[in-house]
Amino acid sequence: MMTDPVQPLAIALSRCGKTFADGTRALEPLDLEIKAGETVVFLGPSGCGKTTTLRIIAGLEDPDAGGRVLFDGVDVTAQPIEQRNVGMVFQSYALFPNMTVAENIGYGLRVRRAKKPAIAARVDEMLGMMRIEPLADRRIDQLSGGQRQRVALARALAVRPRALLLDEPLTALDAKLRDALRLEIDELLRRLGITAIYVTHDQAEAMALGDRIAVMDHGKMAQIGPPREIYRRPATRFVADFIGTMNRISGVARGGVFVTDAGAVPWLEAPPGTTEALFRPEDVTVVDEGQAHLKGSVVAAFFLGDRTRLFVKVDANKPLVVETDARRDYAHGETVGLRIDPRGLMAL
Amino acid sequence: MSRESARLFALLLPAGVFFLAFFLLPLARLFAIGGSGKEGFAAYAAIVSDANYFSSLMSTLALAAMTTITTLVISGISGVFLQRHKFPGNALLVSMLTFPLAFPGVVIGFMVIMLSGRQGLIGDIAMYLTGEKIVFAYSMAGLFMGYVYFSVPRTILTIMAAAEKLDPRIEEAARSLGASTWRVVFDVILPGLKPAFIAAGAICFATAMGAFGTAFTLATRINVLPMVIYTEFTLQANMAMAAALSFVLGAVTWLVLAIARTAAGSTVAAAG
Repeated sequence: MMTDPVQPLAIALSRCGKTFADGTRALEPLDLEIKAGETVVFLGPSGCGKTTTLRIIAGLEDPDAGGRVLFDGVDVTAQPIEQRNVGMVFQSYALFPNMTVAENIGYGLRVRRAKKPAIAARVDEMLGMMRIEPLADRRIDQLSGGQRQRVALARALAVRPRALLLDEPLTALDAKLRDALRLEIDELLRRLGITAIYVTHDQAEAMALGDRIAVMDHGKMAQIGPPREIYRRPATRFVADFIGTMNRISGVARGGVFVTDAGAVPWLEAPPGTTEALFRPEDVTVVDEGQAHLKGSVVAAFFLGDRTRLFVKVDANKPLVVETDARRDYAHGETVGLRIDPRGLMAL
Repeated sequence: MSRESARLFALLLPAGVFFLAFFLLPLARLFAIGGSGKEGFAAYAAIVSDANYFSSLMSTLALAAMTTITTLVISGISGVFLQRHKFPGNALLVSMLTFPLAFPGVVIGFMVIMLSGRQGLIGDIAMYLTGEKIVFAYSMAGLFMGYVYFSVPRTILTIMAAAEKLDPRIEEAARSLGASTWRVVFDVILPGLKPAFIAAGAICFATAMGAFGTAFTLATRINVLPMVIYTEFTLQANMAMAAALSFVLGAVTWLVLAIARTAAGSTVAAAG
């Protein structure tokens, strides 16, 4: 359907920091390379610097002195956003309320003084791509949130931008619509092969969309890597806690076994001196007490339909979270045996 | 159903009586007095046929239109600027801009004379620089200056309130699509401020059409309709003509505002 010659853009940040006029440090000097055609998700809680980084790349904010933004190796730090040719999609949609859907989509081409028939053809193409043809002549206030974000995407892509920058594009939508549009955006980005940077605080979105995820915290890049790596080998406690659910149990690694108050877990590769083992809920199975590594008592059990989420108290720390199949009931206070897959064990 | 409408009618009655007593009846009376002179209702035609009246109507309209446009340009630029750029003294400047709100037209006229009258500041400076005195207080130019001064405080707060509600993301979206600063102004900021411009502009226009104090202070010879009405009423004792002119002044102002609103209405509605 799309016949654009795709020439994806490689983006690099070099020592890009941001200090605001009032002295607050929004971003510590940061180096980052984004490969051509890659989708990188900036993930983190609000105020972590992810939007600031995006705005520096877009050209909406200047980095502090010494910071440089490179597009395909060319320094664009001094270029304002209107010369960078990047598409932007905002959480608030930011559509022009005084224009129709078609006028919104064609705006970038009108600014570029494209010929009328060329604009009309491109607008039709974008309407088709986002499957919103019937909305062409609607006013913006007649659209639902999901429709508005589709128009915003079409508007950003109509000018064939060098990269697509999305700032929490799905946050304002309700859960069901969010899932549907996420799928659509994922499919769109892959089909276009465009370099995309996606800012979100939602880890499920980040996992689903990112070729790489950059987890940010307090103006610093905590970790950057493919979703699997971020999930399986978190580099810091912050990443471990922010992404998914993480269980912790304290003990001592001794001769290939991690010994805790609630039992011992075989762990051959335990780094020397480890005093805390981390593992994900899905790496724990409920077993007979005879085969169990750990024993604990159930403090809560939530039936989720396809599975049951158990909270099991094994020591004085926070209860362990265990995902188990939903075929049996668990009583409050019941003692259960837990077996941990050694491949899922991590130390920090 | 009919009981319901009877109830609604009863509830509306006090407002209706009030409207009738204090709006429709005086207006009808004014209209009737306008036709009570020796030419009868032909007095109304005199506004168009009498060159003097007609030119005063035209110059009043031109003055009000010029005042409105100039005021909106000044308030629009400074209102958006003051809203967007917070600097030390910003709040003080905004409150100073609204300081003249309470001044009556007489005081404004007095200030215009002090600035550009025979002993005025502009005249003195021009005298010093060029050897020639510039005096324009006692003319349409002086009146225009006074009206703009009078109108800016009345419009700037409305513009600032509207500017605060503009979503900066829309401007950023336009820029990301390649729009220059000027295109952003014309495609995003001005359409966004349009409702405020219409509201503020209507008040500004109507005030300039009917203002009297400033004109009266500057010179009795200034040919604007409120002055003509005053002259007819007090000096010529021509009650009928004064009433007819008053009615026309009100009607013309109302008509211009209605046309402006309708012309802007479709786009305002589209802006949601």
